[in-house]
Amino acid sequence: MKKSVIKEKIAQSFMAIAIVAVLILVVSIIWTIFSRGFSCITWEMVTSLPGGGFYIGKEGGFLNAIVGSLYIVLASTAIGLLISIPIVFYLNVFLKETSKFAYIARLAFDVLFGIPSIVYGAFAFTLMIYLGLKTSLLGGIIVTTLLIIPIFIRSMDEVAKTFPKDLLEASFSLGATRLETLGIVVRQIAPGIATATLLSVGRAIGDAAGVMFTAGFSDSIPTSFTQQAATLPLSIFFQLSAPQIEVQNRAYAAALVLTIIVLVISLLGRFITNHFSKNRLK
Amino acid sequence: MNKLRIIKDRATGAIMATITIVALLLVIVMGIGLYLKSAPIFAEHSLWDLLTASSWRPFKNEFGFLPFFMGTIWVTLIAIAIALPLSLLTAIYLTEYAHRIVKRFVFPALDILASLPSVIYGVWGTLIIVPWISDTLAPHFVDFSAGYTTLAAGIVLSIMVLPLLVSLFVELFSSVSDELRAASYSLGSTRWQTAISVVTKKSLPGIFAAVVLAISRALGETIAVLMVCGNLPQIPHSLFDACYPLPALIANNYGEMLSLPLYEAALMFAALILFFVVLLFNVTSRVILYRIEKQQ
Repeated sequence: MKKSVIKEKIAQSFMAIAIVAVLILVVSIIWTIFSRGFSCITWEMVTSLPGGGFYIGKEGGFLNAIVGSLYIVLASTAIGLLISIPIVFYLNVFLKETSKFAYIARLAFDVLFGIPSIVYGAFAFTLMIYLGLKTSLLGGIIVTTLLIIPIFIRSMDEVAKTFPKDLLEASFSLGATRLETLGIVVRQIAPGIATATLLSVGRAIGDAAGVMFTAGFSDSIPTSFTQQAATLPLSIFFQLSAPQIEVQNRAYAAALVLTIIVLVISLLGRFITNHFSKNRLK
Repeated sequence: MNKLRIIKDRATGAIMATITIVALLLVIVMGIGLYLKSAPIFAEHSLWDLLTASSWRPFKNEFGFLPFFMGTIWVTLIAIAIALPLSLLTAIYLTEYAHRIVKRFVFPALDILASLPSVIYGVWGTLIIVPWISDTLAPHFVDFSAGYTTLAAGIVLSIMVLPLLVSLFVELFSSVSDELRAASYSLGSTRWQTAISVVTKKSLPGIFAAVVLAISRALGETIAVLMVCGNLPQIPHSLFDACYPLPALIANNYGEMLSLPLYEAALMFAALILFFVVLLFNVTSRVILYRIEKQQ
């Protein structure tokens, strides 16, 4: 056989190994979390608050963390959408394609996207001290909003960029202003907005390092913005560092809940992209 | 009537521009905020001392960041060393070889990897990687290892940056024009030769940018690394030593730091360094990637 053919065969087998390794890794992670989680989880854990002696293995559940995460994610997603939609419109409809400002803005949001959440957490923490805020639900919402805005903007912008320019010009030529054209843009990139939202929710619910500084932790469900709030990732982290098996088991159960939430979000995002973007004009 | 419409249009434009500018200022405000908060430590220690001293005793006013730097660098290097070949091979296979059916399994699998939260990787690492290292791998090399090691952190991190690298590589490789491939085939080269000397060669700047981006992602990863790295402020001398990367340092001490002003400044200095390095890396790689995108 020729040398190049042998090389080809060797390379192909290496690639096959790489692909199989990736698939095995994914299966291993999901399998580990699911098998551990399902053997530990009980109905009580997801429906009740931590009781007395919770962290030494007594009864109770992590409903506080589930609800806390939900509060933070819902609020920050809503605020994030309100802030990022105007920015995406501004970049794509109001600014020209060759605009220097749009270039710098996109670069900046990409950079913000890359800043680690622990740095956001540290920064938000100093900001909160400056503003006289204590660690609270509000603090968690602020830092999570800051964290997901770049994700919102960059993923919506990717879709908005593919928006046909002819459609814009058709609207302008009928005498519509840029503001009035927004309706058409919204209708076209709606699936993109939905996917971006799911992406941000997934990132927001899984973030631990940011809320660690800012939302604190609490065994009860917060009733106002100034109270501390528990979050699922932190609840997993704290319970796993406990020496008692009972407490660790609850961490595995909480990990299962978090994984299921994230997987559902990810599947939903895939479904929307595949299903609703088919009639997009090219 | 017409005037009102135009005024509305202008007003919205102005409002949107303001929101955009405010959001952009976040980068600058963040840098300044972290710098101001870490300023007290510069008053007592020189930058050079902070970076090169290796003794970390906050309550005795000794702030040597060297162990944390070495921890961060080691963990990141291991992660890239594992993830780079794996992701390159995967991406080449996906773009140059793979059948539709293979793609239908591999892409969703990578999607799952990308969507899993950091803490889940941490749980998986403590359940699978840590025992594997302490029971199976480490006994071949050292007398004893608890498993919570630099290597464990590196492995977990490598899997976390894998989906990012593969998706960037796939995008780069599939943007190489098919005419180039055809030219290469017509000269009698095999698929692998084409993949290596045409496709990856053409994408070399992009590969560089992607790796830099992955490094900056790895640098800031906190919870997963914190859960498996051992958290000992020492310079790791082997893969089986515990280490203590910068993000873990910040996260572990957020509660106690308020008791000592200089301690807080030291931790903010750690955050400032992370911010600065990640900023630099991100700007570099993004500018390269934009340029590639524009060329097409």
